[in-house]
Amino acid sequence: MFLLLSALMSTSASGFSDQIIQQGAVGEDVIELQARLKHVGYYTGEVDGIFGWGTYWAVRNFQYEFGMEVDGLVGPDMKARLERVSTYDPGKYKNRGQNAGHSMSTPSGYSANDIQLMANAVYGEARGEPYEGQVAVASVILNRVESAAFPNSISGVIFEPRAFTAVADGQIWLEPNERAREAVIDALNGWDPTGEAIYYFNPNTATSDWIWSRPQIKRIGKHIFCY
Amino acid sequence: MKKWIIPILITALLAVSFWGFNQYREKQAVLVQAENNYQRAFHELTYYIDLLNEKIGSALAMNSRASLSPQLAEIWKVTSEARADVGQLPLSLLPFNKTEEFLFDIGDFAYNAAVKDMDQEPLSEEEVKRLEQLFKQSKEIKTNLREVQNVVLNDHLRWMDVELQLATNEPGDNTIIDGFKTVESTVDGYDDSIVENDLDDEFSYITGEEVSEERAKEIGAKWLGDEEDLTVTSSKKGAKLHTFTVSFHQEDSGGYMDVSKKGGHILNLMKTRDIGEPELSLYQGGEKAAAYLEDLKFDNVEIVESSQFQRVGVYRFVYKKDEVRYYTDAIQVKVALDDGEMLGLTALEYMKNHGEDGMEAPAIDREEAKSMVNGNVEILEEHMAVINDEQGEKVLCYEFIGRRGDQTYRIFINADDGQEEKVEMMKRVEEQFTSSS
Repeated sequence: MFLLLSALMSTSASGFSDQIIQQGAVGEDVIELQARLKHVGYYTGEVDGIFGWGTYWAVRNFQYEFGMEVDGLVGPDMKARLERVSTYDPGKYKNRGQNAGHSMSTPSGYSANDIQLMANAVYGEARGEPYEGQVAVASVILNRVESAAFPNSISGVIFEPRAFTAVADGQIWLEPNERAREAVIDALNGWDPTGEAIYYFNPNTATSDWIWSRPQIKRIGKHIFCY
Repeated sequence: MKKWIIPILITALLAVSFWGFNQYREKQAVLVQAENNYQRAFHELTYYIDLLNEKIGSALAMNSRASLSPQLAEIWKVTSEARADVGQLPLSLLPFNKTEEFLFDIGDFAYNAAVKDMDQEPLSEEEVKRLEQLFKQSKEIKTNLREVQNVVLNDHLRWMDVELQLATNEPGDNTIIDGFKTVESTVDGYDDSIVENDLDDEFSYITGEEVSEERAKEIGAKWLGDEEDLTVTSSKKGAKLHTFTVSFHQEDSGGYMDVSKKGGHILNLMKTRDIGEPELSLYQGGEKAAAYLEDLKFDNVEIVESSQFQRVGVYRFVYKKDEVRYYTDAIQVKVALDDGEMLGLTALEYMKNHGEDGMEAPAIDREEAKSMVNGNVEILEEHMAVINDEQGEKVLCYEFIGRRGDQTYRIFINADDGQEEKVEMMKRVEEQFTSSS
């Protein structure tokens, strides 16, 4: 079947860049890779421009069938073979993967909606803070989800009454900017500038005596972070 | 002329009064609704604590697995309902953590006891002791909460007032607040007996000479830029691990680095700036990340995961020794794909777990381990790995990555006893529902 295909189809113009494509990548190259693999029947998923596990297994299968080294990396050799046996019509996949290089991939275990909700909370709480101060607020939310003394979900933690002032006064519903979203993704990927804090407060406005009694870890921007 | 004014004024007055009254009514309706939500959560909570006490009590008298297992499962369920109610009350500004942790502990205990193999003995002596203690404790909490409830009902206390009081620290009727404080101190009294995972030696692998603030700045300067732009702050007294934070803040960029006071190890690094169009592929970014880690003297690490987020690549490295991946000793690196600069590093997990203690040789062989995997999963990749089990202990495992249908799984089989330690469903691509951003 592949012989037939390659005999019938003249090689289509290649859009592949010179770069090695690997698992986790996003963008035009991945769209072309998926479309070509799909064309020859190795890939059955959606052409979405995100090199996930489905694409990874498809690449490995292809490498195995064509007697190449099976490593899941798409280098020049693999691209050349793929171009020989498949066609690619860029027009067909023009609007896939949200314009080149900007596909959304999300840290494992979290949905785009979780990220949106957290970005709202971070923006409402800390939009005037330095970047690490915003990551820190996102970290506190995640540390609370992990903690036995708090609800087990992101939304449960954010909407706990009186937990966040931005929730109480409605500022959480301001439209977050890109930076707040980046801060959330960094926190979800494991960055925690706070040293595992589960509380923070602004020393200029905090009225609760109890919050002052918590062991303090460090100060970032206007906030003091504590256990 | 004059005769027009009076009817107009009267009409205006009526209109305003009507509008004002409507506003007032609407506001009242919203307030009542909010209050009712609080009331429901509170009364439900007291009910669940009652129920919990009763269920634990009857569990103590049970002797067969057939009745004990479902009972423990029931206890687990009730604790989770009770915790959900706590989460809906405005208690965040009140010390109520111990009670929440207590609920979590009961749930945890009940769950573990419910799912364990009870062929030999329904509950061990130790577990019975623990259960008795939980029974006593839940009874005290129950009594305290019932008292508060009684006052709330008789005096028509409103949670909205409590909320206001907590937020402003204003004096007022403190019955509810005091009641909850009593509950909290009840639990606190038992604190020592509750198994606490208080790991004092959490950072025992972080060693070395104390470094000075100046030295921390020097370390930071290598990655963050000119020393004169950097400020150094020290962590506060309460920190479990003492650090210096070196940071810089400019109009369109910024960054910081956490350096341990002990040994001057880099724990965290983060920089932010506008990132241009990607020039590097995710693969090339990974090569850069590996080079940075080599430079930082993290030897024998290997990339296990790479992901591209917009214009950055994020890479997870783990320590590798004798072909075993130590997932416990993980480092993450973030690289800008425009010029390959390292924008982030977090080595805290690595520093916490990385010791010289090796793992024992596997007791079962690969084929045996493979036979423990669900037959419907087609195994496509295999490794040896060290992960943390549910108790947080390091265990040596066979790691299998495989597929069932179009879903990919990562399965860890304990190399010592063949137990299925962990089955992870690997993420499929996240669907986008909106076109925002």
